[in-house]
Amino acid sequence: MPYLELQKLHKEFGDFTAIEEIDVALEAGEFLSLLGPSGCGKTTALRIVAGFETPTSGRVVVEGNDLTNIPANKRDMGMVFQAYSLFPNMTAEANVEFGLRIRGESGPVRRTRVEELLELVGLTAAAKRYPHQLSGGMQQRVALARALAIEPRVLLLDEPLSALDAKVRVQLREEIRRLQTQLGITTLYVTHDQEEALSISDRVAVLSHGRIEQIGSPAEIYNAPGTPFVAEFIGTMNRLEATVAESGQVQVGGSVLAVDDAHDLPSGERVLVLVRPEILELERAEGGVAGAIIGDVVAHIFLGAITRVKVDAGDHDLSADLPGHKAAELPVGSRVAASFPADGGRVLALSEPASAEPAPAGQ
Amino acid sequence: MTRHMPRSGWVWLGIGAAYFFIPLAATLEFSLKEVSGYGLSSYREILSDPQFRDLLWVSFKLSLATIVVSLLILIPGVYSVHLSFPRLRPLVEFLSVLPFVVPPIILIVGLLDFYNVDRVPLWFIESPRFLVPGYVVLSFPFMFRALDVSFRSIDVHTLTEAAHSLGAGWTTTLMRVILPNIASGALAGAFLTFALVMGEFTMAHIALFNTFPTYINYVGQTQANPAAALTIISFGLTWLALLGILLVGRRPGRGVAPVAGR
Repeated sequence: MPYLELQKLHKEFGDFTAIEEIDVALEAGEFLSLLGPSGCGKTTALRIVAGFETPTSGRVVVEGNDLTNIPANKRDMGMVFQAYSLFPNMTAEANVEFGLRIRGESGPVRRTRVEELLELVGLTAAAKRYPHQLSGGMQQRVALARALAIEPRVLLLDEPLSALDAKVRVQLREEIRRLQTQLGITTLYVTHDQEEALSISDRVAVLSHGRIEQIGSPAEIYNAPGTPFVAEFIGTMNRLEATVAESGQVQVGGSVLAVDDAHDLPSGERVLVLVRPEILELERAEGGVAGAIIGDVVAHIFLGAITRVKVDAGDHDLSADLPGHKAAELPVGSRVAASFPADGGRVLALSEPASAEPAPAGQ
Repeated sequence: MTRHMPRSGWVWLGIGAAYFFIPLAATLEFSLKEVSGYGLSSYREILSDPQFRDLLWVSFKLSLATIVVSLLILIPGVYSVHLSFPRLRPLVEFLSVLPFVVPPIILIVGLLDFYNVDRVPLWFIESPRFLVPGYVVLSFPFMFRALDVSFRSIDVHTLTEAAHSLGAGWTTTLMRVILPNIASGALAGAFLTFALVMGEFTMAHIALFNTFPTYINYVGQTQANPAAALTIISFGLTWLALLGILLVGRRPGRGVAPVAGR
């Protein structure tokens, strides 16, 4: 039986529909991220689970118990907010202790637990400090310890890293994951940062316009995006508008390319071929090359271990991630042939109006 | 290094200080004058007057009552405006300025008319506590502003939700989380209200109640030197109150601290 269920959640604020329908279930101990751009309904969904909002319809169920109408302070949900959530009048220690006091735990029990949690987040030394004496990262650690102190049924995190510096963000997200695994706590995590979601989660639900576009493991989401939206949102993607030439082949501009994914599609159908920059291969080209798209290198973007090479191929702008030495062989202005292995491209049917429901092919 | 003030700054500061201190010094000098030379006889006269003590006490009680009532109304009021009805804020802000626009004399005439015996019990209208509702209205701008600033300096939404998610109900949230963080504003508002009520003359005079300010007025019209002594005394009391508030407000770890982050 699933541990936490969001059953057919629907939420309207006046005329505005924040959540069309979200229906998802988490196993005990699972870490699920709700990922999407702002306004996709992810935070509203989290707030409904926390009890800060009431769904227009649908239910929140934990271990078979319907919590939809239980007030937030009776739900036992540990919540970590974006920022500014620590009580400014209390020390780090007192913040962590707050929930235990409310529950009427005895002094010694509280002290032991507070010590334990501050140690867990590595802040024993800062116990007596007030929030304004702590850095942003430390504040979020205290907030995490405070949320965990009450031994919540579910841990809810609402973009807890978005207000932090890049370096602290990466460090803290690894720590959140470590703690979550160690404690085995069922966790719902909201973020708009795809890298964050992919690196930390057991499963990721990509949301758009109040609906789940796709749900799956980080690898599935990254390697096999089910809709153009997911493809666009997750990582960088080369989008090639193409026509199915014959089974297993598509025509892009004047070139015919082999794509496994295009098998069983009627020829003449308009499709979108998606290729990751790290899959795309570039070769120096003089004339036309069969099975490749011809273009000119227009820019190099240095990204550390790799260099992203931008290619202008007429109708399409392409990006290819190459090791530095390979990129150096193709300076700006070179004419190149871009190709990819037949199993490296993903084909999605191109829906006529962009907003209509896309029917993913090859599934 | 702190920045040095330019010379013209000192000149302006001196003019400002003179504006406040010359009348005060003159009053002090006048209060100490005796038939021949200087002495404390005016002070002795005032302090030995039983009316002084009684009416000071009356005004003190009125101040406290006004403070308590307006805090009881305004803390939950401003809290809920910030939390749930942010759109009402301009309206409340407008209302909070009304006591400046409507002079106390209009207010008290309205109140006298409103509080006729048929509507309000006699025990209420026969004593100076009758004045408290009017004073609450008069203090509204000061109290509201002081609280509003405090509430704006904290993230009311997040703190409330954080407290709720940790299991706290509304009362606990208000008492343990919100109040301590707006205490400095409540204190500032309380002080302003205290000073206001300790000096409010019009309403008390028109409603025919004797309070400390009406006593000052009475002494001023009858005994010149003791009136000056009385002015100095009431000035001193106000200063003591201010000092007290400052000391309380400075208790470590209490004030509203800006939250670091970003």
